Amino acid sequence: MSNVATTAPAPAAPPPVEKLKIKVDGREIEVPKLMPDWQGRLQPTTMLQACQIAGAEVPHYCYHPKLPVAGNCRMCLVEFGTPMMGPDRKPVLNPDGTPKIAKSVLPYEPGTPRGAIACATPISPGMEIYPGSAATQQMREAVLESLLINHPLDCPICDQAGECKLQEYSVEHGQANSRFVETKVHKPKAVDLGPRIVLDDERCILCTRCIRFSRDIAGDDALGIVNRGSYNTIAAWKEGAFDNNYTLNTVDLCPVGALTSRDFRFKMRVWFLKETRSVCTSCSTGCNITIGSREDVIHRYEPRDNDAVNAAWMCDAGRLNYKWVGRPDRLKEVRRRNADGTSDRIPWETAIREITARLSNAVSGSVAVVASARQTTEELHLLKKLANRFGAITDSVPRTGEADRLLVSADRNPNSNGARLTGIAYTEMGIRLPEIAEGIRSGSIRTLVVFGEDVTQHGIGADLLARLETLVVSDILPNPTTAAAHYLLPGCAHAEKRGTYINGKGRLQRFLKAVEPHGDARPEWEFLRELVTAVTAQAVPATLEGLFNEMSDGIPAFGGVRWAGIGDLGVNVTI
Amino acid sequence: MSFSVPSKLEAELDELATHYPQKRSASLMFLHALQEHFGFISRDAVEWTATKLGLQPINVYELVTFYPMFRQEKLGRTQVRVCRTLSCALAGAYELRDHFCKNLGLDTAKHGPQTTPDGKFTVEFVECLASCGSAPVVMVNDDLLEKVTAADAEKVLTRGRVTE
Ligand code: SF4
Ligand code: SF4
Ligand code: FES
Ligand code: FES
Repeated sequence: MSNVATTAPAPAAPPPVEKLKIKVDGREIEVPKLMPDWQGRLQPTTMLQACQIAGAEVPHYCYHPKLPVAGNCRMCLVEFGTPMMGPDRKPVLNPDGTPKIAKSVLPYEPGTPRGAIACATPISPGMEIYPGSAATQQMREAVLESLLINHPLDCPICDQAGECKLQEYSVEHGQANSRFVETKVHKPKAVDLGPRIVLDDERCILCTRCIRFSRDIAGDDALGIVNRGSYNTIAAWKEGAFDNNYTLNTVDLCPVGALTSRDFRFKMRVWFLKETRSVCTSCSTGCNITIGSREDVIHRYEPRDNDAVNAAWMCDAGRLNYKWVGRPDRLKEVRRRNADGTSDRIPWETAIREITARLSNAVSGSVAVVASARQTTEELHLLKKLANRFGAITDSVPRTGEADRLLVSADRNPNSNGARLTGIAYTEMGIRLPEIAEGIRSGSIRTLVVFGEDVTQHGIGADLLARLETLVVSDILPNPTTAAAHYLLPGCAHAEKRGTYINGKGRLQRFLKAVEPHGDARPEWEFLRELVTAVTAQAVPATLEGLFNEMSDGIPAFGGVRWAGIGDLGVNVTI
Repeated sequence: MSFSVPSKLEAELDELATHYPQKRSASLMFLHALQEHFGFISRDAVEWTATKLGLQPINVYELVTFYPMFRQEKLGRTQVRVCRTLSCALAGAYELRDHFCKNLGLDTAKHGPQTTPDGKFTVEFVECLASCGSAPVVMVNDDLLEKVTAADAEKVLTRGRVTE
């Protein structure tokens, strides 16, 4: 019952963070004694975390901040030392009073440094870590040389080239010539691991990131290492059986070119790709993504880290749901349908002028608006303005599927909460659609504005659409509703414009433009702004930033957030 | 042909699994028992073990492929294991294996165990059999043969050919 209390208890002061003093390459720094592990639980800080805080790079393959530590690749070996203790258990001091450091060495060979794997070794007070020392450098070279022993060195035909840790570290720590004169072990190539994953076992460095991700994050213990020694091979129990909805994350995680996406494989060199920060639109989770595009063609989506939303992952279905953006049958022309059923391509100005003229004659209550919860919050806000002018009924269309235990939401609209907060839809989305259908049937609704939905699938059939005086439709792909439109306004995919969505948990997130729209298509907010200005005779901000800020001022739940304040990771709003 | 484990063996294994704080720790014992019974570990046996111990087949398969003594195919009735570690290698282990292979029509260049098509023999190299002083040594099924000569090899072949 405590949540009924009207005054929230003052938040407890965060417990003081206990710090340790250590030295990284001779520079003293203070680091927290405990730091979050892969599940966010506090654990003793590792040397690798400490070096990261110190800004010293420690190359690593198997370590990933979001996966359990495996410590198997040895790439993160570093030279280190700890304060020497006397028999009295007091630190032994140098003549100048500083503590004497005992460098870690091989017990039987005191001249040889004995490194430790930074990813799995906790720091201790006074510890000195030498990520930049000659000894550390030598250890890295040795590890890299052994990792490359059986590597095919086929970078010119490898998808990973350009974003390959093996390639990067080899440039930095590798040797130009191979000393390996024996025959390389050959392993399976182009293994059909699953419907979306092709594996090149020869490139694998056996870091087990893919195994750990599948087992510990995706909950599908499907991968393992079979055989022994240099014949070690990543495999699934059955060919093609690696098939959960998160398999493509292993391609991102794989530090080399072993795991490849069947979809992206051999299609594009990664260094040609322009990267744009965006958000997945396939469900209300709103996973943060990076769109990789080149010359206005999208080539891939990749997850972008956001601990408040998707950690570092995204589902396969969402990741592969981009091809429609480039479909050849995209709506590319502004069209007006004539009484005889033919239609003409008209300029935007004509369309806006004629629609304005028709709407100006509409009497209050004779207009309805069906918007889509796939539209941006700014567009929904403008549609609501338009609707307010006529006292129009508004609603939007629910879209549901099955939720899973990791990311996928049952709500498959990216912006249901945007539709609710702008007042377009109600808690139960779609509840007023029957009312709109009935209004058209009875003749009280004469004008329908539809954005981004095929209303013939939702109880407003072609027969009803035919009764309307004016049907204004904006969409991206053709459907029976666009076919019936008197005015058809081609719109943009999210990747072709900027805007915001509010995800299922109330995270307001913005996305940026990656590619140009097709043909005449323009961002909906742009032409909606023209329409709203003309119809309502109100000034509407001319930039997306201004529009967002105006909307934010009108919706208390937004807490006054500005466009610039949303940042790359979004902000929480009250839902 | 469907895979079935006799109920007595299954009961024994079920009981065995209770001895371990974690069921999966019984994996190796299960595999030994199944190999003992079937002669090798089939894919069905891997799946059966996984189901019994609440694991995924890949977890069990990792073990099966790691240990060379686990067999994934049926072996010959006479199993010839030629030691090839240092002492035996110096004392002629390679010639000895070649001898077996050539006489049985097996490929001397091939890695791993090879079984004759009639199912009578399997020949393979193994590592040190801990009898270095009497090199070269060969295990024939469960018997250790020491200071093995070509003539001894012939005897093994003759005996293996006749036994039914
Ligand atoms: S396939 Fe890639 S991720 Fe998996 S173990 Fe090999 S290198 Fe690591
Ligand atoms: S979970 Fe939802 S938002 Fe995330 S990638 Fe999948 S469909 Fe997209
Ligand atoms: S990163 Fe692989 S052992 Fe530390
Ligand atoms: S080397 Fe053959 S028994 Fe030891």
